[in-house]
Amino acid sequence: MFDAEAVFTQVRSAWLGPGPNSDIVVSSRIRLARNLVDLPFPSAAGKDALAEVLSRVRRASEHLPEARRYQFLELGRLSPLDRQVLIEKHLISPEHAREPEGRGVVLRDDETVSIMVNEEDHIRLQVLLPGLDLNAAWQLANRLDDSLEQQLDFAFDEKLGFLTACPTNLGSGLRASIMLHLPALVLLNQAGQVFTTLSQLGVVVRGLYGEGTQALGNFFQISNQLTLSQSEEDLISNLLALVGQVLEQERAARSRLYQEFGNRLVDMVWRAYGTLTSARILSGNEAMKLLSDVRLGVTLNLLPHVDLGTLNRLLVLTRPGFIQRVAGQQLPPAERDVRRAAIVREELLGKNK
Amino acid sequence: MLCENCKKRPATVYVRRSINGVTTEAHLCEECARERGELNFLTGPSFTFPDLSLGSLFSSLLDHLPVAPGGSLLTGTTLRCPECGLTYGDFRERGRLGCARCYTTFREQLEPLIRRLQGGLRHAGKVPRRSGGALRVKHDLETLRRRLKEAVSREAFEEAARLRDEIRALEQKLKGGEGGV
Ligand SMILES: [Zn+2]
Ligand SMILES: [Zn+2]
Repeated sequence: MFDAEAVFTQVRSAWLGPGPNSDIVVSSRIRLARNLVDLPFPSAAGKDALAEVLSRVRRASEHLPEARRYQFLELGRLSPLDRQVLIEKHLISPEHAREPEGRGVVLRDDETVSIMVNEEDHIRLQVLLPGLDLNAAWQLANRLDDSLEQQLDFAFDEKLGFLTACPTNLGSGLRASIMLHLPALVLLNQAGQVFTTLSQLGVVVRGLYGEGTQALGNFFQISNQLTLSQSEEDLISNLLALVGQVLEQERAARSRLYQEFGNRLVDMVWRAYGTLTSARILSGNEAMKLLSDVRLGVTLNLLPHVDLGTLNRLLVLTRPGFIQRVAGQQLPPAERDVRRAAIVREELLGKNK
Repeated sequence: MLCENCKKRPATVYVRRSINGVTTEAHLCEECARERGELNFLTGPSFTFPDLSLGSLFSSLLDHLPVAPGGSLLTGTTLRCPECGLTYGDFRERGRLGCARCYTTFREQLEPLIRRLQGGLRHAGKVPRRSGGALRVKHDLETLRRRLKEAVSREAFEEAARLRDEIRALEQKLKGGEGGV
């Protein structure tokens, strides 16, 4: 049976598990934007139209392959903490939760698939897989899109492709994103140059955590910029070619760090591990920075007893919404920092004892 | 600003360290930073990246859209989508269309913008079965023909023969009329 509560209280997302190139790539995501032909886009839709979209997509989702694995959630019926957890798990976007009334999401039990309803477009179908696995994510997204399309009439134009609320998503409606951990490029101050080059090649880079232009924990998301005039396969293979170069550069930077700054690197990694396993108070920002250092250490075999999967899980476990949801109440930041430290210690030490 | 250490060369490196919650800052020249072993490494790198996001490109393009394209000020801003009621002025302000019909209503105004934003105006991706019709078959044909060319150049003749059969079948289907799609 589907455990409707588990998504809010457990970290079991498949995308946090092991995958190809997981030393650098955390996850791969495909997102398809689709709209129903006869209803106004969400930003221009009234209450009734939003409700009509919700119910049509909900009905269509009952015909998805393995339909029993999916549950439908109305965002307006969830608590603010529940919504925040879905955001922290990358299952909905912050924009989607901003005005929760008339919004919904269809989730698969392993959290690989989420179908956002009435985000900027009527449908934002997302597939999220661990590691570098964009082609598999596309194949699954394509099948699910086919299935939805058997039930729904999508807005489509021969020249412009799938019609979207914003012209930046026209055509394929496809946004492919790779979530990368690039600590060595940042430490050697090469990241800025790499990103500038990427942006000239039609790729968008943004920090995954942190605000504005600050990238917390050295996690970045790299996505295709253009969506029209190329097939989905071409968009994906172009992005993969560029990501392949970034992986090479990060690996070269890691080995250079190790060769030139060996002792310091080992010291940095073990200090981070020491703090994470000893601290009694940990802010979200500090935790993210230290987890980044430890993650780098694990991939260089400096901390062979720490498991990458545990570190990935901590990316969700240490987020403020998740901490509070598990505690079952809203908590002031100081209280969260104490709980965060306890959670980190338990995850890192508990399993080895 | 001069380097805080040597007070001679200009400070080009910003060093920020956070130890047990106590943050110290220093503005150093590159040489001093290197000497102190603080250049980039172990300093909590002062990394920020420029805003290269899609959103900023899009809004700068929007800003350059003419107020009233192809007509008087009046007809330009009051051009209104009959389906959802959005005006061209609304779009210019928000950057979002109101419904699928908007693309027909504002086609003339949107096409130059889309061309600049997307680098072209020809959908080459997936075509839906229900609303795609015969276009979907044409699209599949194109893909198959490209694969056939590749197969021939690789001298993979068995594959090429199979592709040729598939192409023939699809061409038949297309001749058979839209109903067969
Ligand atoms: Zn100096
Ligand atoms: Zn409209």
